[in-house]
Amino acid sequence: MLEVQNLSMRFGGLLAVDQVSMDVQEHEIVSIIGPNGAGKTTVFNCMSGFYRPTGGKILYRGQEIQGKPDHKISRMGLVRTFQHVRLFSRMTVVENLLVAQHRHLNTNLIAGLLNTPSYRKREQKSLDRAAYWLDRVGLLELANREAGNLAYGQQRRLEIARCMVTEPELLMLDEPAAGLNPNETRELNELIISLKEDYNVSIVLIEHDMSLVMDISDRINVINQGRPLASGKPEDIQKNDDVIKAYLGEA
Amino acid sequence: MFDEFYFLQQLINGLTVGSAYALIAIGYTMVYGIIGMINFAHGEIYMIGAYTSLIVITGLAALNPVWLPLVLLVALICAMIVSSSMGWAVERVAYRPVRGQHRLIPLISAIGMSIFLQNYVHLAQGSRNIGFPSLIDGGFTFGTSEGFQTTISNMQLTIFATTLVCMTLLSLFISRSKTGRACRAVSQDRKMSSLLGIDTNRIIAATFVIGAALAAVAGLLLGMYYGSIDPLFGFIAGLKAFTAAVLGGIGSIPGAMLGGLILGVAESFTAGYLSSEYKDVVSFSLLILILLFRPTGLLGKPEVEKI
Repeated sequence: MLEVQNLSMRFGGLLAVDQVSMDVQEHEIVSIIGPNGAGKTTVFNCMSGFYRPTGGKILYRGQEIQGKPDHKISRMGLVRTFQHVRLFSRMTVVENLLVAQHRHLNTNLIAGLLNTPSYRKREQKSLDRAAYWLDRVGLLELANREAGNLAYGQQRRLEIARCMVTEPELLMLDEPAAGLNPNETRELNELIISLKEDYNVSIVLIEHDMSLVMDISDRINVINQGRPLASGKPEDIQKNDDVIKAYLGEA
Repeated sequence: MFDEFYFLQQLINGLTVGSAYALIAIGYTMVYGIIGMINFAHGEIYMIGAYTSLIVITGLAALNPVWLPLVLLVALICAMIVSSSMGWAVERVAYRPVRGQHRLIPLISAIGMSIFLQNYVHLAQGSRNIGFPSLIDGGFTFGTSEGFQTTISNMQLTIFATTLVCMTLLSLFISRSKTGRACRAVSQDRKMSSLLGIDTNRIIAATFVIGAALAAVAGLLLGMYYGSIDPLFGFIAGLKAFTAAVLGGIGSIPGAMLGGLILGVAESFTAGYLSSEYKDVVSFSLLILILLFRPTGLLGKPEVEKI
């Protein structure tokens, strides 16, 4: 469903991403790994419309999306998270989920002011969906708290819930396990698998936690210094000499 | 000698002007909250609101209408529509094309817009003062002491009531409506809002439009209250409202409301107890003091550097 062809991104004299290609199929979890500064997040930023790539193509369901405005990309069903938590911290937990459904709601201001039945029905629907996902990630009791006051692990889960209420087809998670304790990481692991199995979402994942990556990925792409180094199934990557060298240095 | 009725009168006068300042200040504060920049053409939008309502009132008067509130309502709606489209145009012409550039550039283009609008009204309406008929007269007198009466005019009551209605509607809009929710989200993190599928351009345009509509309300009210308008009418009022917004904490809507009221009362007491010549001195001294000692304003939150 997603195809990245010879993607390059240059910042002035720095070629951060050089000829990276990869693809994501329906119903698949694909990970991008690589040492720090390898350009993983830059690849992500290009795919989500955050950056306009300087070379190459990104095709989503056959349509070129590079350089499209990011709200259009997300409306096509491609949604991402960031390395650091980016919730609307001064809004309540449930508001965070409601605002993410902005595009599903009737855009007619008059209907909103008059509180017409169809408007109310849609509001109710988005409220139901928000409640469902809050329950799913275990935050239902905290619905009316300010998002900024949640514990870190809860904020991480809320972010995933916020992505899910937009009903994405492809979810891109940038280091979702960063800063989580082993317990929370295991819960996250189960959550991600269930997103794929139960909600039919494909997932692209950047992650440093190797146990998580090896557990849940269907395929792995390794990037080193902006260049593709290897790609394949987790067990092949674990055995790949180039990958081991890149991570551990040459003996 | 302290005369409480005189004091009360100054307080009423101050709150009247102050609530109108607050209406204008909301436009500054909303735009700042969402794009982090001051809309320097906002005073002109308010002035255009006053002119539009005067034109509509004059036009309707020729038809000899019977019911005054209807005339005012029609004038108000027309002024809000015209000013809103001006607010929208300012965003499209002076802000959107240069968004993402250095901060000074939209500032300059907005000042250009303000000069353009001012001179356009000069040309179209003449530079003389035009009398604004005071359509609402009468009032209540309460408390008399040694020849001084405290009066609250119906005009003042109208200003209070209208402001109260506008503020309530705005608060409901911001806290309850879908667009209001999106406004808050965009002001907190524009990039993330956009990644979640919110069309941030529309939301930014909406804040300009809402601010302009409220300024038009203030234009009609203050035009009638002062009894005359001219093309420079928006300049000082714009500066005062800007001061009010900074005083209350720019970016904060309750702050703009509070700042407007405080500024109006401060001015009125200066005029009443010192001399009306010192009115502007006091309000701008307040601005300097607040910038020196509490740059985030009374209700503003300190800017936290994002890492």
